[in-house]
Amino acid sequence: MRYLPKSPADREAMLKAIGARSIDDLFAPIPAEYRLNRDLKVPRQMAESEIVDWFRERSQENGEGYKTFLGAGAYYHYRPVIIDSLISRGEFLTAYTPYQPEISQGTLQSIFEFQTMICELTGMEVANASVYDGSTAAAEAVIMAARLTGRHSVAIARSVHPEYREVLATYAHHQGMPLVTVPFNEGARVDLNQLEKSITPDTACVLIQSPNFFGTIEDVAAIADIAHKHGAMLVVSIAEAISLGIVEPPRQADIIAMEAQSFGVPLGFGGPYCGVIATREQYVRQMPGRLVGQTTDRNGKRGFVLTLATREQHIRREKATSNICTNQALIALMANIFMTIYGKVGLRELAKQNLAKAAYAAQQFGKHAKVLFSGAPRFNEFVVQTNEDPYAINGRLLEHKIVGGLPLKKFYPELGNAALWCCTEMTTRATIDTAVASVAEGALMTKSAKEAADVQEVTR
Amino acid sequence: MKPVIRKATQHVNQNEGLIFEKSSPGKAAWKLPPLDVPEVDTAKLLGSSERKDLGNMPEVSEIEIIRHFTRLSTWNYAIDLGMYPLGSCTMKYNPRVNEVVSRFDGLANGHPYQPEKISQGALGILKTLSECLIEITGMDAITLQPAAGAHGELTGLLMVRAYHESKGAPRKKILIPDSAHGTNPATAAMVGYAVENLKSDARGMVDVAALASQMNEEVAALMLTNPNTLGVFEQQIHKIADIMHAKGGLLYMDGANMNALVGKVRPGDFGVDLMHLNLHKTFSTPHGGGGPGSGPVAIKKILEPFLPTPVVITRPDGALGFEYNRPQSVGRVRAFYGNFGMFVRALAYTLANGPDGLRQTTEDAVLNANYIRKGLEGVYDLPYSTPTMHEVVFSDKVQAKKGVKTMDIAKRLIDYGFHPYTTAFPLIVPGALMIEPTESESKEEMDLFIDAMKSIAQEVEEDPQMVLAAPHTTRVSRLDETAAARKPVLRWKPAQ
Repeated sequence: MRYLPKSPADREAMLKAIGARSIDDLFAPIPAEYRLNRDLKVPRQMAESEIVDWFRERSQENGEGYKTFLGAGAYYHYRPVIIDSLISRGEFLTAYTPYQPEISQGTLQSIFEFQTMICELTGMEVANASVYDGSTAAAEAVIMAARLTGRHSVAIARSVHPEYREVLATYAHHQGMPLVTVPFNEGARVDLNQLEKSITPDTACVLIQSPNFFGTIEDVAAIADIAHKHGAMLVVSIAEAISLGIVEPPRQADIIAMEAQSFGVPLGFGGPYCGVIATREQYVRQMPGRLVGQTTDRNGKRGFVLTLATREQHIRREKATSNICTNQALIALMANIFMTIYGKVGLRELAKQNLAKAAYAAQQFGKHAKVLFSGAPRFNEFVVQTNEDPYAINGRLLEHKIVGGLPLKKFYPELGNAALWCCTEMTTRATIDTAVASVAEGALMTKSAKEAADVQEVTR
Repeated sequence: MKPVIRKATQHVNQNEGLIFEKSSPGKAAWKLPPLDVPEVDTAKLLGSSERKDLGNMPEVSEIEIIRHFTRLSTWNYAIDLGMYPLGSCTMKYNPRVNEVVSRFDGLANGHPYQPEKISQGALGILKTLSECLIEITGMDAITLQPAAGAHGELTGLLMVRAYHESKGAPRKKILIPDSAHGTNPATAAMVGYAVENLKSDARGMVDVAALASQMNEEVAALMLTNPNTLGVFEQQIHKIADIMHAKGGLLYMDGANMNALVGKVRPGDFGVDLMHLNLHKTFSTPHGGGGPGSGPVAIKKILEPFLPTPVVITRPDGALGFEYNRPQSVGRVRAFYGNFGMFVRALAYTLANGPDGLRQTTEDAVLNANYIRKGLEGVYDLPYSTPTMHEVVFSDKVQAKKGVKTMDIAKRLIDYGFHPYTTAFPLIVPGALMIEPTESESKEEMDLFIDAMKSIAQEVEEDPQMVLAAPHTTRVSRLDETAAARKPVLRWKPAQ
C-alpha cells in the first residue's frame, strides 16, 4: 500500500523488538469471536490514475460546465487562484488545532487576522475562530442568547433560510426552547406588528436574516428597537457575506451568526463551509467556539494563543457553552485570504457588481413576469413569480446548460409559481438574457394557450 | 550533557507582521472584469442601508499576500514535516490525490440545490462512501450530515432520544466513562440528558460490575470509546452490550479511535447500536489547522426511522435522490448535506487502500504504537500494563520527582523536531503522555522519536531547569496564556 512507509523487513524487525511472534499477537485483546476473518467488502485497491478517472466521471455527472442562478445560502463567486495555492501548503493543510502555540503561530496569527476582519465587516467587537456553518452558527447564537438572558423562547422570522430554521428547530427541541415564527409583510420584510405581538417576557431573542432568504434587506434598526424594548436580544444571520461590501451591517444586533462561504469557499455541493459568530465584548465568555488572543512570550515578543478555553468542552465537559470542538480552520483561512485580496475597496466594488447584475436581471424578468417584494431594498437575489411552473422554465434552461432559480413551492407554497433567482459577478448579461427569454417564452405560451381558450369560449 | 538532536536543525525564518500593518491606500490584489450591465445608483437602490466605509480592511498587493501567508505557514508544524504523535487525534498522512479530485469542477462547483438530474455524480459519491462505511463499521445505515465528531455525537444522541421517546419515554441519563473525551458529556447536556460517570477498573477498562449496578431503566445509553483513550480494547465488550440491552439501553460508540479497528473487527458485530466516525482522523481528510471535520453516524436498523433528513435513496428508475419525507426523523442537523468535500477525500482514501490496504493500515498503526511502548517502557512510567492497540499512555511520575511535568517534556520535544504528544489526557492518568504514532510513521522516524524521548528523560535527571524552560529553538518561547485569558485581546486595532 503506497501510503505505508514500511518494508516487510521493517515489520519483522519491529515485531521482534516488541517480542511478538506475529501481528495477530497484537490483536489478541479483541475476543476471537468478533475478529473479522475475511476481507472487507469494499472496492479493491485502486491506482492513483484509476481514482482520478473515477472521480472525473462523477464530476462530469454533476453539472460540470453549467451556469447557475442558484443562491439561497450557497453562492457562486469567483475564487482568486492564490487561495488554493496558499491553503495547499502542507504547513496549513496538514497541521492540527494550534494547541501548541510555539509551533502553530502561522495558524494562530491568521485566525487572529480573520477575527479582526470579521469584526470590521460586521461592526461587532469580537468574532470567534469559526464554527461549522451558517445554519449551526445561527442555532448556537440563539442558544447563547438564551444563556445570556436567562429566557427560553425564540421569535424567528419566516424570512430566515428554511433549512436554518429546521436546524434551529432540531437544536431547540431538547433545550426546552419554544419557537414562534414571525411572518413577513408584502415587502418580504419582517412584519413589525406581528413581531411585537410574538415577543413575550420569556423571549430570549429575535432571529432574523439580512439580506433575508428572499434577498431583501431587513429594517434591522426597527426590529432591534422592538426586541430591545422587551428585553430580548437580536440575533442576525447573514448568509451572503459579500453583501457586507455594500450593505450596512446589522450594527444594532447583539449577536451576528454568519456564513462566510461567499468569501472564497467553493460551493462544493453544500460543504464544508464556514460559520462565524460575532458579538459584543461583554458577551464573549458566553460565546461558543474557539478564540485566538494576542499575548507575549517570555521575552516580551508578540504571539498568539487559543484563549478563554474555560468555556469549552475539553475543560468544562457537561457545563461547556457548547459541545463544539473543531472549527473550520482551513475554510476560515480561505475566507481570510479572500478578504485580504479584495480588502477595503475591492469588496465594495465586488458587492456593487452583484447589486448591478441582480438589478438588471430583476428589471428584465419584470418585463415578462412579476418580480415580488419590490418595495424594500435587496442585494443579489429576488423572487420571480410566473404563470408557468418554474420547474418547466428550469427544464428548458437546462438544455442551455443553465440552472434556473430555486422553485419556492417546497418552502413557501403560498407564493405559488415563484422562484428565487440569484445573480453574482459571475452571471453574464448573455446568461441573464437567455434566462429571461425562457421565462418570456413560457409567458407567451401560457398567454396563447389562454387566448386559445378564450377564443374557444367565444365561439362556443 | 549536550543533547544530540538528529531530526532538526535551526534555520533562518522570516519575520512577518499582521497584514493590517502592511496596508496602505491604493494597493490592490484584485481586478474585476468590466461590468456588462448598466451601472447602478447604489444610494437609490439601497437608501439608508448603503454602506459607505469598510473600516480597517486591508489594502495590499498580491505578492505581499503570497509572502504573508507563506511566511506564516513556515511557523507551523505539520504532518508533512514529520511525526505528529497526538494521542486520540490520529494525525496520519493526507494523500494529495484527495485534494486533486475534490477540486474537479463538477464536484467543487456543484450547487447543493441543483436538480437531482445533474447531481448524480455527487449522489453517487454519497452512496458509495455510505456503503463503504456501513461495511467497515458493520452497521446497517448511516448519515453523513454531521459536520464533525462532536456534531456526530449530537446527532447520535438525538436519535437515541427519539428512539426512547418512540418506546414511551426519552429516559434521563447517559453513562460516560471517566476516560471519555470532553465532547461526550457536553453533548449529552445539549440533548437534555444528565451525565453519570462510570469508573474504570484497575486495567483501565469499564468496570463491568459497576456498570451492571448503575444500569437501569433511567439510562438511555452508554457512550463508550473503544479502544478507549488509554488505547485499550474493552475486552468485556459483549458483556457491556448485554448489560445495556437487557435494560433497554443503547450502546453508543465514540469512533475517535476507529483507526485501531478498521478491517480487523467491526463495532456492529460486537453489539454497538450507533457510532460516529471522524473522517478527519481515520479516513485521512486533512485537519487543516483545526477543521473542517466530518462526523458520519452509522446505526443499526432499529434507529433508521430517526435518521436526520434528507436521506439518499435510489428511485424506481435507478436514479439517486434525496428523501425528505421521514416523519420520525430527528430533523435536520445542518443546512444542505454535510461536508461533502470531506466525503470525496474519505472515499478517495478508501479506494486507494481497498480491503487489503485498510487492514494493513490498522496493523501498522497498532504495530507502531506497540513499538513505541516497548522503546520507552522503563524510561517513562506506564500506569496501565494492559495491551496497547493504536496508542499508548505513559505518565510523568518519574520525571515529576524532578519537578518536570508532562507539558514540559512535550515542550522540550519541540526542540527535537517533533510535535508534542497529547498532554494531561485522559483525565484518569495524572500527568499523562498520550502517544499515537499512526501507520504513517516509518521505523526510522519512530527510532528518532524514541531516542528523543530517552534523551529528554536523561536531561530531566541532569538539568531539569533546561527542560522547564523549553522550547529553546522556536520563534516564540512559552506564551503567557494567563494574561491572554485575563485581558483578552481578540482583534487588531489601529494605533490611536
